[in-house]
Amino acid sequence: MSAVVPIIETRDLNVRFGGVHATRDVNFTLAENELRCVIGPNGAGKSTFFKLLTGQVKPTSGQILFRGKDISKMQPHDPGRLGIGIKTQVPSLFNGLSVWENVWLSARRVNSTAQADRITRETLERVGMHAYRDVTAGLLAHGMRQWVEIGVVIAADPPLILLDEPAAGMSDAEVARTAELILEINRQHALVVVEHDMNFIRMIARKVTVLHQGAVIKEDTPDRIMSDPLIQQIYLGKKPH
Amino acid sequence: MNRFAKSWTSAALSLAIGLALLVGLPGVLDDYTLIEVTIYAVMSILGVSLAFIWGFGGILCFGQAAFFGLGAYVYAIAVMNMGDSTVPFLLAIVVPALFAALLGYVIFYGRLSDVYMGVITLTVTLILFNLINSTAGPEWRIGSAALGGFNGIPAIPTLNLPGLPDEVLTPKDLFYVTFSCLLLVYLGLRVLISSKIGRVIIAAKENEQRVLLLGYDARAYKLFSFTVGGAIAGLAGCLFANWGAFTSPTIFGLAQSAQIIIWVIVGGLGTLVGPIVGCVAIQWLTSQIGTQQTLNSNLVLGAILVVFVLLVPRGIVPSIGDLIDKAWRRLRGSKSSEATP
Repeated sequence: MSAVVPIIETRDLNVRFGGVHATRDVNFTLAENELRCVIGPNGAGKSTFFKLLTGQVKPTSGQILFRGKDISKMQPHDPGRLGIGIKTQVPSLFNGLSVWENVWLSARRVNSTAQADRITRETLERVGMHAYRDVTAGLLAHGMRQWVEIGVVIAADPPLILLDEPAAGMSDAEVARTAELILEINRQHALVVVEHDMNFIRMIARKVTVLHQGAVIKEDTPDRIMSDPLIQQIYLGKKPH
Repeated sequence: MNRFAKSWTSAALSLAIGLALLVGLPGVLDDYTLIEVTIYAVMSILGVSLAFIWGFGGILCFGQAAFFGLGAYVYAIAVMNMGDSTVPFLLAIVVPALFAALLGYVIFYGRLSDVYMGVITLTVTLILFNLINSTAGPEWRIGSAALGGFNGIPAIPTLNLPGLPDEVLTPKDLFYVTFSCLLLVYLGLRVLISSKIGRVIIAAKENEQRVLLLGYDARAYKLFSFTVGGAIAGLAGCLFANWGAFTSPTIFGLAQSAQIIIWVIVGGLGTLVGPIVGCVAIQWLTSQIGTQQTLNSNLVLGAILVVFVLLVPRGIVPSIGDLIDKAWRRLRGSKSSEATP
């Protein structure tokens, strides 16, 4: 097993913003094609962790290895080129461009125009947004935006996908559909999903990493995580549902 | 971005109108008016250069006049030394482009914020103004071209047929050349905007962080659009020097820089045709105001800017586009009751 290089690995990762220790000695490993959920209360350092993996925040110390290559000192656009796709927590479509153009820009970076056209069509069909291809992204409803954002990420076909709260603000039906979509994406891509919604996590996760005050405090199956008294106390406020 | 501005129908319409004017105007206008239209076209090219980098690239450059002035001076100095205008014409595009590339490199790769972008571009323009302004003495000359300081450079040789220095263009020829340049610049930018590069440039204006996360180096795309803008402004400067056979430091002045921004705001940010409309309207208005003594032209320009910012914030062309859009939908709606999603 030791010969298998993980798709992403962090070693003793630390970030300090002034006096705030946002990430503490995080050692995180994800295998190719694995799906991992990351949970933690507000301010646990989940978004900072994602920003580290995508080069938006530079670590104070420690290493981030993508398929064995240190990416912690790269330019902000390099992780995207290497094959790390991210859907950020804050909606970040190009509001003035159409749904089609948003996805096409992602596909076109690595493909010819003809291929990008085909991939864009297929991706929009996959996320169920093809009927809205000509709609300006800024006019979409919230759930639809999330799906287009997922489409933007998968159109570039990155081996590693990071999704920050993909089901936030969705209706129950939309959450179920998003879970289905994520499981389908996981057949070809490794995924890290940050989420708050425990029901959603039960639908998709096999393994969960718990962050608290910037540090990893536990990694286990969803059921064991949710029955752990310490986690109930810090994360669920002693009231698991 | 505005749908009206994006559609190829509007681009084809604009080009058709442009071609009709190119062919038709010399037949119907007297020489004086034709020369007047030529300067409108020159300034429109300058307006389009800012319309591209600001409206599509999101780069608010206060120093577009620097590239414009540089184009004029490079052409003047080169043509006075070389005689034949072919190489000077090209230099007047290449030198401002290189200058823009250098300036843009410092700004974008140094990750300076938008405020500093404005400050730096404005400062560079004013430095050039002061520099050229203080070159009045006879010792300030490059080859056979005296820089002339605040007096400017008079009697600049006009463009000639490539390789034939004696075949100098007439004012009518200059109209054809200038107007064709405007149409080519418009067409070129249209094609660029709808290409991959253009879409990334627009996307970087909308959300630079997202562009980076997709794996595009936003700095390179911004630098590219800034350089293209510099090249186009340089071309306009060269044509300006040809139009009056004269150039002076005032083209580097604050008033010139501010005027370009007003054209874009009045015509419509985010379109290419808008700033042409804005430029022609304001230039025409300025020359009309110049014929009377009661009102100061700068005062009127200022008032127009305030009115537009407050009442027509999107500018002339997008507002008209919206009206046409609405009318078209109403027309279609009355023909068929089916609603489109």
